[in-house]
Amino acid sequence: MTALGKLLRTTAFRLTLVYLLVFALFAAFLLVYFALNTRRMINEQIVRTVDTEIANLAYRFDRWGLRGLVVSINTRSVHPGSSLYLVTTPAGDGLAGNIGSLEPGVIDQIGWVETAYRRIEEPDAAEHTALVRVTRLSGGFRLLVGRDLEERERMFHILATAGRWSVAIVVVLGLAGGFFVSRRVLRRIDAMSDKAQTIMAGDLTGRLPIAGSDDELDRLAANLNAMLERIEALMRGLKQVSDNVAHDLRTPLTRLRNRCESALRSAKSEQDYREAIEATIEESDSLIHVFDALLMIARAESGEPRADMTAFDAAEVARDVAELYEPVADEKGLALRVEAGAPAPVKGNRELIGQALANLLDNAIKYSGSDSDRTNSVVPEIVVTAQAEGDRIALGVGDRGPGIPAEDRKRAIERFVRLEQSRSLPGSGLGLSLASAVARLHGGELRLDDNAPGLKAVLILPRADAN
Amino acid sequence: MSAESDLKVSRKMRLLIIEDDRDAADYLVKAFREAGHVADHAADGEEGLALALHERYDVLVVDRLLPKLDGLSVIGTLRAKGVESPALILSALGAVDDRIKGLRAGGDDYLPKPYSFAELLARTEVLARRHGGREDTLYRVGDLELDRLSHRVLRGTEEIMLQPREFRLLEYLMKHAGQVVTRTMLLENVWDYHFDPQTNVIDVHISRLRSKIDKGFARPLLHTVRGAGYMIRDGAR
Repeated sequence: MTALGKLLRTTAFRLTLVYLLVFALFAAFLLVYFALNTRRMINEQIVRTVDTEIANLAYRFDRWGLRGLVVSINTRSVHPGSSLYLVTTPAGDGLAGNIGSLEPGVIDQIGWVETAYRRIEEPDAAEHTALVRVTRLSGGFRLLVGRDLEERERMFHILATAGRWSVAIVVVLGLAGGFFVSRRVLRRIDAMSDKAQTIMAGDLTGRLPIAGSDDELDRLAANLNAMLERIEALMRGLKQVSDNVAHDLRTPLTRLRNRCESALRSAKSEQDYREAIEATIEESDSLIHVFDALLMIARAESGEPRADMTAFDAAEVARDVAELYEPVADEKGLALRVEAGAPAPVKGNRELIGQALANLLDNAIKYSGSDSDRTNSVVPEIVVTAQAEGDRIALGVGDRGPGIPAEDRKRAIERFVRLEQSRSLPGSGLGLSLASAVARLHGGELRLDDNAPGLKAVLILPRADAN
Repeated sequence: MSAESDLKVSRKMRLLIIEDDRDAADYLVKAFREAGHVADHAADGEEGLALALHERYDVLVVDRLLPKLDGLSVIGTLRAKGVESPALILSALGAVDDRIKGLRAGGDDYLPKPYSFAELLARTEVLARRHGGREDTLYRVGDLELDRLSHRVLRGTEEIMLQPREFRLLEYLMKHAGQVVTRTMLLENVWDYHFDPQTNVIDVHISRLRSKIDKGFARPLLHTVRGAGYMIRDGAR
């Protein structure tokens, strides 16, 4: 496609053409209207003055007879100008006036007529047009009074010229403007689609250019950029998942395989085989668990709208989950306390929020250490809270464990990240990222705070009845 | 008392397994037979529907994705034709909303793949029994008595004080006395959550309950079934 062809095909240019046509038609209509009105006005004026003059001359004829009329006519005919006069005998022979020749028959027709004529003093000049009125005087004499129409024709001509010029100027300016606008738009669109091409070719970090004029193209580009941002984040997440899946699933898979191999090689009794197989099943169960958690995170992060969002009391979920974990905490010598008195209405998936909270609680119990690790006799406390903070609901789990250093908190939410001090503890490393994904799915977030000492993990969710 | 003998307590069931994966189906048929039940197999939705319409089964085990006619349509058609055999849906789609969809379509239980056979067996046995419609107000196992109306629990003549959740836990176990109840079944039915708790939360609840109802008594009633779950029953029977 040639550059010009492309330009002519742009929406901006086509719009320009349409506007151009509309404006040109409008200008033409205005001028024609103006011209016709002017012509009518001139005609009316001529009719009025001619009528007056005829009345005047008829009066003279009545008063002073033919002689008086002829004198009057001769006097008036002397002035050069557009006024035309002619007095004839009933037979049609001229007696006085400034008209040399007329179209035949004009003088016999009483009333108004437009006719070609020549002046008496310039019989060889080109014919002019005139608007004349013929009256009959007593005795059969004819009196013709008229006005030359050259002025009217000139006016008409001027208007026609002006019309042609203005239409021409409108067309030229319009076309130029159209070209200019389309080229400007086209250049920006081209820049955007070029960039889009490179992005499609694999450079996901590319962004569409923004001109800074804050017009509709800029807004479009900004929105597309936001979309690209999200896509890039998802792709990065996906890549990270696949990397981590490769790593964190391969490790247990290797363990699984090794266990089977070693059982094949060295198991002596049925008991040995049994133990090896049971360990294998256990290992595969934990693999399934990791896999499920990953799938759920992926689903939550894809943000697909869910049909099963219902309104429920998060405080009740907090109490339920705390009650579920209370014996486990108790067994590890931890005190589990719930502060969830007031209702905390939330709209969402009770199951997922329950699971997220269970993960946080599970972590809190895990990192609080067991009885034997502790030197002093203070019973560490885990506090589960559910409370409304303005238009949000905060579901918190605070522990007295080692906590997470401020600089590591963001990283701790990422998938599979297990901070150095926790490597020795069992777990998939997915608990926090799952909780975070659930929070984001509900339009909230997971916040990790300092519990001084310890960690306070808070699920922030939008309050259901917030207006 | 071995695990095997525990698994064979329930009465004989007749099952229909609608599953297109040959290996999985063969394994299930064999495993159910070994557990003392009878299992038929259909390899696609249409065959399964025809079998379920003409034979009487205690439980249907239906894969969600099937050739010719998908599992949910099979169950929907059966329900429309008045076949009330309880159906358990097996699905590779384990997400929460998928489960709800399955139950709405007329399924009675839902088990995501991969599953353990012990879990499947326990659930089908509970389904087969549930269909009998047993809703007594008083449950009795050995000398343990649970009154669902007055919320009182007696062991012999001694009243046992239970927390509300412990009461519901015992109630569920006693409702299915003589049947294996898995940890996830307990979490689902007592706590109404369907996720898999990472730690042994249920075990700790059970051991608390056990210390209240069995401690100090000569004959334990609450048994652990290895590799499967728990069962309450009078050991002497």
